[in-house]
Amino acid sequence: MTTPVELGSTHGAELGAEDKPWQTIVWNDPVNLMSYVTYVFQKLFGYSRDKATKLMLDVHHKGKAVVSSGDKDKVEADVARLHAAGLWATMERDS
Amino acid sequence: MNPWRREGELIVTEMERQEAAVLRAMVSQVNDMLLARSDEAPQDELAELTGIRTGPSTSPDDPILSRLLPDFHRLDDDNPTKEALDSAAALRSLHEPALLEQKTGVAAIVLETCPPEGGQVRLDMEQADAWLSALNDVRLALGTALDVDDDMPDELPDDDPRSGHLPVYHWLTLVQEELVHALSAA
Repeated sequence: MTTPVELGSTHGAELGAEDKPWQTIVWNDPVNLMSYVTYVFQKLFGYSRDKATKLMLDVHHKGKAVVSSGDKDKVEADVARLHAAGLWATMERDS
Repeated sequence: MNPWRREGELIVTEMERQEAAVLRAMVSQVNDMLLARSDEAPQDELAELTGIRTGPSTSPDDPILSRLLPDFHRLDDDNPTKEALDSAAALRSLHEPALLEQKTGVAAIVLETCPPEGGQVRLDMEQADAWLSALNDVRLALGTALDVDDDMPDELPDDDPRSGHLPVYHWLTLVQEELVHALSAA
Protein backbone atom coordinates (compact mmCIF):
# COMPACT_ATOMS: atom_id res chain seq x y z
CA MET A 1 0.00 0.00 0.00
CA THR A 2 1.34 3.38 -0.95
CA THR A 3 1.24 5.98 1.77
CA PRO A 4 0.95 9.76 1.58
CA VAL A 5 4.45 10.01 3.03
CA GLU A 6 5.87 8.12 0.07
CA LEU A 7 3.78 10.20 -2.31
CA GLY A 8 5.07 13.38 -0.74
CA SER A 9 8.64 12.22 -1.08
CA THR A 10 8.31 11.88 -4.85
CA HIS A 11 6.85 15.35 -5.39
CA GLY A 12 10.08 17.16 -6.08
CA ALA A 13 11.56 14.40 -8.18
CA GLU A 14 8.96 13.79 -10.86
CA LEU A 15 10.77 13.49 -14.15
CA GLY A 16 10.22 11.81 -17.47
CA ALA A 17 6.80 10.26 -17.80
CA GLU A 18 5.76 11.74 -14.46
CA ASP A 19 6.35 15.16 -15.89
CA LYS A 20 3.61 14.92 -18.51
CA PRO A 21 0.71 17.28 -18.02
CA TRP A 22 -2.29 15.99 -16.16
CA GLN A 23 -5.95 16.62 -16.89
CA THR A 24 -8.87 17.27 -14.59
CA ILE A 25 -11.96 15.46 -15.83
CA VAL A 26 -15.53 16.11 -14.72
CA TRP A 27 -18.03 13.30 -15.35
CA ASN A 28 -21.75 13.58 -15.96
CA ASP A 29 -24.00 12.69 -13.08
CA PRO A 30 -27.78 12.78 -12.85
CA VAL A 31 -27.99 14.87 -9.67
CA ASN A 32 -25.81 17.92 -10.21
CA LEU A 33 -27.70 20.87 -11.66
CA MET A 34 -26.54 22.37 -14.95
CA SER A 35 -26.72 25.87 -13.46
CA TYR A 36 -24.71 24.81 -10.41
CA VAL A 37 -22.00 23.07 -12.46
CA THR A 38 -21.61 26.22 -14.60
CA TYR A 39 -21.42 28.34 -11.44
CA VAL A 40 -18.72 26.08 -9.94
CA PHE A 41 -16.58 26.23 -13.10
CA GLN A 42 -16.77 30.03 -13.09
CA LYS A 43 -16.03 30.32 -9.42
CA LEU A 44 -13.23 27.76 -9.08
CA PHE A 45 -11.41 28.42 -12.35
CA GLY A 46 -12.37 32.01 -13.09
CA TYR A 47 -13.82 30.97 -16.46
CA SER A 48 -16.19 33.26 -18.35
CA ARG A 49 -19.85 32.31 -18.28
CA ASP A 50 -19.58 31.26 -21.95
CA LYS A 51 -16.61 28.97 -21.35
CA ALA A 52 -18.11 27.52 -18.17
CA THR A 53 -21.42 26.89 -19.96
CA LYS A 54 -19.67 25.17 -22.88
CA LEU A 55 -17.76 22.86 -20.50
CA MET A 56 -20.94 22.09 -18.57
CA LEU A 57 -22.73 21.20 -21.83
CA ASP A 58 -19.81 18.95 -22.83
CA VAL A 59 -20.14 17.13 -19.50
CA HIS A 60 -23.89 16.86 -19.99
CA HIS A 61 -23.91 15.71 -23.63
CA LYS A 62 -20.59 13.85 -24.00
CA GLY A 63 -20.49 12.40 -20.50
CA LYS A 64 -17.29 14.16 -19.51
CA ALA A 65 -15.08 17.16 -20.14
CA VAL A 66 -11.50 18.17 -19.45
CA VAL A 67 -11.91 21.27 -17.30
CA SER A 68 -8.29 22.07 -16.44
CA SER A 69 -4.79 20.72 -17.00
CA GLY A 70 -1.28 21.23 -15.76
CA ASP A 71 1.27 19.59 -13.51
CA LYS A 72 0.22 16.91 -11.07
CA ASP A 73 0.03 19.17 -8.01
CA LYS A 74 -2.21 21.71 -9.75
CA VAL A 75 -4.60 19.10 -11.12
CA GLU A 76 -4.68 17.26 -7.80
CA ALA A 77 -5.69 20.52 -6.09
CA ASP A 78 -8.35 21.19 -8.76
CA VAL A 79 -9.86 17.72 -8.28
CA ALA A 80 -9.92 18.27 -4.50
CA ARG A 81 -11.76 21.58 -4.93
CA LEU A 82 -14.28 20.01 -7.32
CA HIS A 83 -14.90 17.21 -4.81
CA ALA A 84 -15.57 19.83 -2.13
CA ALA A 85 -18.16 21.35 -4.49
CA GLY A 86 -19.71 17.91 -4.97
CA LEU A 87 -18.76 17.39 -8.60
CA TRP A 88 -17.58 14.00 -9.79
CA ALA A 89 -14.01 14.75 -10.84
CA THR A 90 -10.98 12.57 -11.49
CA MET A 91 -7.49 13.15 -12.84
CA GLU A 92 -5.49 11.35 -15.48
CA ARG A 93 -2.24 11.79 -17.28
CA ASP A 94 -2.55 13.36 -20.72
CA SER A 95 -2.01 10.68 -23.30
CA MET B 1 -40.25 27.97 -0.91
CA ASN B 2 -39.96 31.74 -1.21
CA PRO B 3 -37.46 32.93 -3.80
CA TRP B 4 -34.02 34.10 -2.70
CA ARG B 5 -33.48 37.84 -3.12
CA ARG B 6 -30.61 40.28 -2.82
CA GLU B 7 -30.56 42.80 0.03
CA GLY B 8 -27.38 44.76 -0.47
CA GLU B 9 -24.55 42.34 0.21
CA LEU B 10 -26.88 39.67 1.54
CA ILE B 11 -28.95 36.88 0.03
CA VAL B 12 -32.24 36.54 1.84
CA THR B 13 -35.25 34.24 1.91
CA GLU B 14 -37.98 33.11 4.26
CA MET B 15 -38.51 29.48 5.14
CA GLU B 16 -41.59 27.85 6.57
CA ARG B 17 -41.14 25.98 9.84
CA GLN B 18 -41.63 22.67 8.05
CA GLU B 19 -39.12 23.56 5.32
CA ALA B 20 -36.49 24.54 7.86
CA ALA B 21 -37.09 21.32 9.81
CA VAL B 22 -36.72 19.14 6.72
CA LEU B 23 -33.58 20.94 5.55
CA ARG B 24 -31.94 20.83 8.98
CA ALA B 25 -32.77 17.14 9.42
CA MET B 26 -31.31 16.26 6.02
CA VAL B 27 -28.15 18.32 6.54
CA SER B 28 -27.67 16.88 10.05
CA GLN B 29 -28.04 13.35 8.79
CA VAL B 30 -25.45 13.76 6.04
CA ASN B 31 -23.20 15.56 8.51
CA ASP B 32 -23.45 12.63 10.93
CA MET B 33 -22.45 10.21 8.16
CA LEU B 34 -19.41 12.36 7.34
CA LEU B 35 -18.42 12.66 11.00
CA ALA B 36 -18.67 8.88 11.42
CA ARG B 37 -16.35 8.49 8.45
CA SER B 38 -13.92 10.97 10.05
CA ASP B 39 -13.89 8.87 13.21
CA GLU B 40 -12.82 5.84 11.19
CA ALA B 41 -9.63 7.56 10.05
CA PRO B 42 -6.49 5.84 11.24
CA GLN B 43 -5.02 7.44 14.36
CA ASP B 44 -1.35 7.29 15.07
CA GLU B 45 1.05 9.15 17.28
CA LEU B 46 3.21 10.29 14.41
CA ALA B 47 0.24 11.98 12.72
CA GLU B 48 -0.61 13.75 15.96
CA LEU B 49 2.99 14.84 16.30
CA THR B 50 3.37 16.18 12.78
CA GLY B 51 -0.19 17.41 12.33
CA ILE B 52 -0.27 15.61 8.98
CA ARG B 53 -3.55 13.75 9.06
CA THR B 54 -4.00 10.55 7.18
CA GLY B 55 -7.37 9.39 5.94
CA PRO B 56 -8.48 5.91 4.92
CA SER B 57 -6.97 4.65 1.67
CA THR B 58 -10.09 2.90 0.39
CA SER B 59 -13.44 4.22 -0.80
CA PRO B 60 -16.33 3.91 1.68
CA ASP B 61 -18.51 0.82 1.21
CA ASP B 62 -21.61 2.93 1.62
CA PRO B 63 -22.75 4.21 -1.80
CA ILE B 64 -23.78 7.61 -0.41
CA LEU B 65 -20.44 8.26 1.28
CA SER B 66 -18.68 6.89 -1.74
CA ARG B 67 -20.43 9.48 -3.93
CA LEU B 68 -19.65 12.31 -1.51
CA LEU B 69 -16.00 11.26 -1.28
CA PRO B 70 -15.02 10.21 -4.82
CA ASP B 71 -11.77 8.54 -5.89
CA PHE B 72 -9.16 10.69 -7.64
CA HIS B 73 -9.00 8.26 -10.57
CA ARG B 74 -11.65 6.28 -12.45
CA LEU B 75 -11.35 2.80 -10.99
CA ASP B 76 -14.62 1.33 -12.23
CA ASP B 77 -13.19 0.16 -15.54
CA ASP B 78 -12.81 -3.59 -15.93
CA ASN B 79 -9.15 -3.56 -15.09
CA PRO B 80 -7.73 -0.59 -13.24
CA THR B 81 -3.94 -0.73 -13.26
CA LYS B 82 -2.02 -1.29 -10.05
CA GLU B 83 -0.51 2.15 -10.55
CA ALA B 84 -3.99 3.75 -10.66
CA LEU B 85 -5.15 1.80 -7.62
CA ASP B 86 -2.06 2.74 -5.60
CA SER B 87 -2.25 6.36 -6.65
CA ALA B 88 -5.98 6.62 -5.84
CA ALA B 89 -5.33 5.08 -2.41
CA ALA B 90 -2.53 7.53 -1.68
CA LEU B 91 -4.51 10.55 -2.90
CA ARG B 92 -7.59 9.58 -0.88
CA SER B 93 -5.50 9.12 2.23
CA LEU B 94 -3.89 12.50 1.69
CA HIS B 95 -7.00 14.55 0.79
CA GLU B 96 -9.97 12.92 2.51
CA PRO B 97 -9.46 14.52 5.95
CA ALA B 98 -9.60 18.02 4.45
CA LEU B 99 -12.58 17.13 2.25
CA LEU B 100 -14.50 15.81 5.25
CA GLU B 101 -13.65 18.98 7.13
CA GLN B 102 -14.95 21.14 4.27
CA LYS B 103 -18.18 19.16 3.97
CA THR B 104 -18.91 19.17 7.69
CA GLY B 105 -17.95 22.86 7.72
CA VAL B 106 -20.59 23.85 5.16
CA ALA B 107 -23.16 21.68 6.95
CA ALA B 108 -22.39 23.54 10.20
CA ILE B 109 -22.96 26.90 8.45
CA VAL B 110 -26.42 25.79 7.28
CA LEU B 111 -27.30 24.60 10.78
CA GLU B 112 -26.12 27.93 12.22
CA THR B 113 -27.97 30.13 9.73
CA CYS B 114 -31.22 28.21 9.16
CA PRO B 115 -33.52 29.01 12.10
CA PRO B 116 -34.98 25.78 13.58
CA GLU B 117 -38.43 27.39 13.80
CA GLY B 118 -38.28 28.74 10.26
CA GLY B 119 -38.29 32.42 9.40
CA GLN B 120 -35.82 34.65 7.66
CA VAL B 121 -32.51 33.31 6.38
CA ARG B 122 -29.87 36.01 5.78
CA LEU B 123 -26.61 34.95 4.19
CA ASP B 124 -23.46 36.76 3.19
CA MET B 125 -21.80 35.54 -0.02
CA GLU B 126 -19.52 33.09 1.78
CA GLN B 127 -22.42 31.59 3.71
CA ALA B 128 -24.48 31.41 0.52
CA ASP B 129 -21.70 29.42 -1.17
CA ALA B 130 -21.60 27.13 1.87
CA TRP B 131 -25.36 26.61 1.49
CA LEU B 132 -24.91 25.72 -2.18
CA SER B 133 -22.28 23.09 -1.33
CA ALA B 134 -24.29 21.68 1.56
CA LEU B 135 -27.51 21.58 -0.49
CA ASN B 136 -25.58 19.80 -3.21
CA ASP B 137 -24.21 17.23 -0.73
CA VAL B 138 -27.70 16.55 0.59
CA ARG B 139 -29.07 16.18 -2.95
CA LEU B 140 -26.21 13.82 -3.85
CA ALA B 141 -26.97 11.75 -0.76
CA LEU B 142 -30.72 11.62 -1.36
CA GLY B 143 -30.26 11.21 -5.13
CA THR B 144 -28.00 8.21 -4.50
CA ALA B 145 -30.44 6.71 -1.99
CA LEU B 146 -33.36 7.22 -4.40
CA ASP B 147 -31.32 5.95 -7.33
CA VAL B 148 -32.07 9.11 -9.30
CA ASP B 149 -31.17 8.98 -12.98
CA ASP B 150 -31.60 11.32 -15.94
CA ASP B 151 -35.10 9.98 -16.59
CA MET B 152 -36.43 10.40 -13.06
CA PRO B 153 -40.11 11.44 -13.36
CA ASP B 154 -41.60 14.24 -11.28
CA GLU B 155 -43.69 11.69 -9.46
CA LEU B 156 -43.33 7.97 -8.89
CA PRO B 157 -46.22 5.49 -8.69
CA ASP B 158 -47.68 5.20 -5.18
CA ASP B 159 -46.49 1.63 -4.83
CA ASP B 160 -42.87 2.67 -5.36
CA PRO B 161 -41.23 2.83 -1.91
CA ARG B 162 -39.36 5.95 -3.02
CA SER B 163 -42.48 7.91 -3.95
CA GLY B 164 -42.86 9.60 -0.56
CA HIS B 165 -39.27 10.85 -0.53
CA LEU B 166 -39.04 12.17 -4.07
CA PRO B 167 -40.86 15.46 -3.33
CA VAL B 168 -38.16 16.30 -0.75
CA TYR B 169 -35.51 15.75 -3.40
CA HIS B 170 -37.36 17.97 -5.89
CA TRP B 171 -37.82 20.64 -3.24
CA LEU B 172 -34.09 20.63 -2.40
CA THR B 173 -33.39 20.93 -6.13
CA LEU B 174 -35.61 24.00 -6.30
CA VAL B 175 -33.95 25.62 -3.28
CA GLN B 176 -30.50 25.05 -4.77
CA GLU B 177 -31.48 26.13 -8.29
CA GLU B 178 -32.94 29.40 -7.02
CA LEU B 179 -29.91 30.06 -4.84
CA VAL B 180 -27.59 29.54 -7.83
CA HIS B 181 -29.64 32.04 -9.80
CA ALA B 182 -29.61 34.60 -7.00
CA LEU B 183 -25.83 34.25 -6.71
CA SER B 184 -25.23 34.28 -10.48
CA ALA B 185 -27.15 37.53 -10.75
CA ALA B 186 -24.75 39.06 -8.23
